[in-house]
Amino acid sequence: MSATAHAHVDDHAHDHGHHHKETFVTKYIFSQDHKMISKQYLITGLIMGIIGIAMSLLFRMQLAWPGESFPIFEALLGKWAPDGVMDADIYLALVTIHGTIMVFFVLTAGLSGTFSNLLIPLQIGARDMASGFLNMLSYWMFFTSSVIMVISLFVEAGPAAAGWTIYPPLSALPMAQPGSGMGMTLWLVSMAIFIASSLLGSLNYIVTVINLRTKGMSMTRLPLTIWAFFVTAIIGVISFPVLLSAALLLIMDRSFGTSFFLSDIFIQGEVLHYQGGSPVLYEHLFWFLGHPEVYIVLLPALGITSEVMSTNARKPIFGYRAMVASILAIAFLSTIVWGHHMFISGMNPFLGSVFTFTTLLIAIPSAVKAFNYITTLWKGNLQLNPAMLFSIGLVSTFITGGLTGIILGDSTLDINVHDTYFVVAHFHLVMGISALYGLFAGVYHWFPKMFKRMMNKNLGYVHFWVTAVCAYGVFFPMHFVGMAGVPRRYYQNTAFPMFDELTDVNVLITVFALIAGAAQLVFLYNFVHSMFYGKPTVQNPWNSNTLEWTAPIEHFHGNWEGEIPHVHRWAYDYSKTLPNGEYVIKGQDFVPQNVPLHKDEEELNH
Amino acid sequence: MTTLLTILVLILVAIAIWQMTKIFELSQIKAENSQVASDKDNKYNGYLMFAFLIFIYGITIFSFWKYTKVLLPEAASEHGQSYDSLMLWSFVIIFFVQTVTQALLHYFSYKYKGEKGKKALFYADNDRLEFIWTIIPVFVLAGLILWGLYTWTNIMDVNDEDDPLIVELYAQQFNWTARYGGADNVLGGANVRMIDIDRANVLGLDESDPYSNDDVIVKELHLPVGRKVNFRFRSQDVLHSAYMPHFRAQMNCVPGMITEFSFTPTITTEEMRLNPDVIDKVKRTNAIRAERAASGEPNSDPWEFDYILLCNKICGKSHYNMQMKIIVESEEEYNAWMESQQTFSQLMASMN
Repeated sequence: MSATAHAHVDDHAHDHGHHHKETFVTKYIFSQDHKMISKQYLITGLIMGIIGIAMSLLFRMQLAWPGESFPIFEALLGKWAPDGVMDADIYLALVTIHGTIMVFFVLTAGLSGTFSNLLIPLQIGARDMASGFLNMLSYWMFFTSSVIMVISLFVEAGPAAAGWTIYPPLSALPMAQPGSGMGMTLWLVSMAIFIASSLLGSLNYIVTVINLRTKGMSMTRLPLTIWAFFVTAIIGVISFPVLLSAALLLIMDRSFGTSFFLSDIFIQGEVLHYQGGSPVLYEHLFWFLGHPEVYIVLLPALGITSEVMSTNARKPIFGYRAMVASILAIAFLSTIVWGHHMFISGMNPFLGSVFTFTTLLIAIPSAVKAFNYITTLWKGNLQLNPAMLFSIGLVSTFITGGLTGIILGDSTLDINVHDTYFVVAHFHLVMGISALYGLFAGVYHWFPKMFKRMMNKNLGYVHFWVTAVCAYGVFFPMHFVGMAGVPRRYYQNTAFPMFDELTDVNVLITVFALIAGAAQLVFLYNFVHSMFYGKPTVQNPWNSNTLEWTAPIEHFHGNWEGEIPHVHRWAYDYSKTLPNGEYVIKGQDFVPQNVPLHKDEEELNH
Repeated sequence: MTTLLTILVLILVAIAIWQMTKIFELSQIKAENSQVASDKDNKYNGYLMFAFLIFIYGITIFSFWKYTKVLLPEAASEHGQSYDSLMLWSFVIIFFVQTVTQALLHYFSYKYKGEKGKKALFYADNDRLEFIWTIIPVFVLAGLILWGLYTWTNIMDVNDEDDPLIVELYAQQFNWTARYGGADNVLGGANVRMIDIDRANVLGLDESDPYSNDDVIVKELHLPVGRKVNFRFRSQDVLHSAYMPHFRAQMNCVPGMITEFSFTPTITTEEMRLNPDVIDKVKRTNAIRAERAASGEPNSDPWEFDYILLCNKICGKSHYNMQMKIIVESEEEYNAWMESQQTFSQLMASMN
């Protein structure tokens, strides 16, 4: 089968010797070129990211200075902030949409969509995705769902406000809260389209990786980025459909009177007809996606880190096979741990025991990855480019955030910290901040590939260091807030005198958050400015081994002029020496994948 | 204090930015305007990596020094003791691993910062090393899993041994109600379809069920110290979660379903108020409240420590203020309080 695929690719090689005639619309809007689609994903993701982060700053201000009047609230929230004081309903809406946007629109589509699209064809040596048309469709469905999500912010009664997990009955009953009316309907429609987009994308990634690898690119020679994207796509295909079913059943409960998730409800003076459904069923369906989703967000970031770290350490990634094995182990385990979100949901405690067991197991491959990253740095020649700093930062937050997972994954210990700020601190560090660092590392590293120009490194340094300090400043003290018993999704903590003394901590956290927000403006400026005025790049600015740097700087549909390069080695021959102590290629500490083995060189059996 | 902290943070950030611009200028002087890290960049960022390690340790120490006191006081329930010791040991392990791995990560980033002409070590694999750091987590986690599961099974084993007190906690937007089984310690049947607000049957008790008659419905949870309490949770509208942090207890309230949790309170409210940590906490809190009173702000009445039941599952607009006071008292005090309460049948009779 792969023989035919290669023959097919070779045919294409000649097709692409000349450039297609492209109009503005086919080149920039309805483009089927994976490079353009990846840029579209990135820019849409960044815009959604600006909205999501801005929302978090607003509700952080409310938490630090509860009930205070801010002109900015009035300006941005309008009628939901009478006299500049944030309303309790809109607080919940902000929290909800912040979560939704960051998890799905920024860290799933913005991260995985951007870099899977950019790197899969370029790093495996393919002209494009298996189906350029599906790929285009996938982006435009993502775009549509983004637009609907943004539109939902302007609905009369307010956007969805039941938390990003939208547990029914709160999300199912418009009388339970205003956000569960039109706002929730739009949320569900948007997410349904988003899921379709994600499935189209994922299927395309899987097929491409399996079928379109260039000659010599065996699975064990794939860069870890590709392994990560490939496995991520598989988990997405397995778990996203389950979320779709949850969303569809919820839509039915809301609009057609079914009782999948609802039973025995008395609200606002009347008994509703619902009978026999269970909110716990919804929780199972939601978390069957929800937990793998954490890894859908995180694995691409880890893949990017592996690649960036190895390149910049001028060393092979340590334990390539172990890295691949741990990606596979994490992916497998991630689909059987969802119940740890539900220890105290009323689910049978025995199930809780099973989920504790599987959950804590996931710490093992995670630990292996962390140790392997650290060993990759050991005795390296570290080129501390901004992308490298973000990769190191990722490992740091991944460890800090991951360790508290040992507490939360333990059903016993979860009892008292469940749904408190301890959880918020944990998952922001381990998946939020870590995945964002992965995104930034990717942008700094592959910006030259995407936009043919370099980003400014000094602005990158400022961006990294301020962000790194603030990320810990925000989320480290937050663990203590959680252990003091403060529940999440509280509009203010003033109703409980026992939380009075925590106002100080909340102010500290918010100040750090505001500074971190400002630091992202540095990034935005750098991004936009470099896109147009950055220093033009050379073909292989980071002296990297992977195939994308063998493609010409100039973009055209098909990636390589003439024949696609063949692969003769893995992607990590950095600083490899011959028996005589010289580099394989004299005076050059890297050997790109398309360079044949030297006569004295032995290929390592990784 | 807050202002001081804020100023401190701002100063630190200002210093950071100032240092950054210095780096920026330095790198500008060099004619070569490359956007790839130079030796100088590597050097500065290497140092900053080391400084960042100190920052991580610093913020850890700072947080412990400043915020340990805000943590919950000792557990006021029997299982809470074992909960706390499992938590403590998990934290010991976590902090050990955190301290070591962050040190290695940042120290290596500093130590091996790049220089032109330096040769990195081609080091792709070491089976023994990888085996070691796979097997150590396996054993540590196996220990934690076994210990955790043992504790979990004990906590979640809700049974009728030792004559437990049966209490229903009933959740609705946005308040709690408690129902006791009464003299027979058995809760009468109930369903939201039997709610009759006009006749004050707000919990939907089955009026024809003889067990309902002596049920006692209250808005303040009283528990006798030392007696096991079996809680049964109901919700009438959306998901809620009954969170009793001082007892290390939490369970969701699910419409259409009855959930359970059980614990034995071991410290009365009075005794807890005499706990030195709690005395300090009350003192600090009342200082804050006195300050508020002085500047005429609301929410400034002096506070007295009480156990509390909070809602910990997003449930709508007033989620942040859904609470009920819990009073743990001696058996006698509890009985006296119970005597003074109206039973369900008395309540119904008074409505007719």
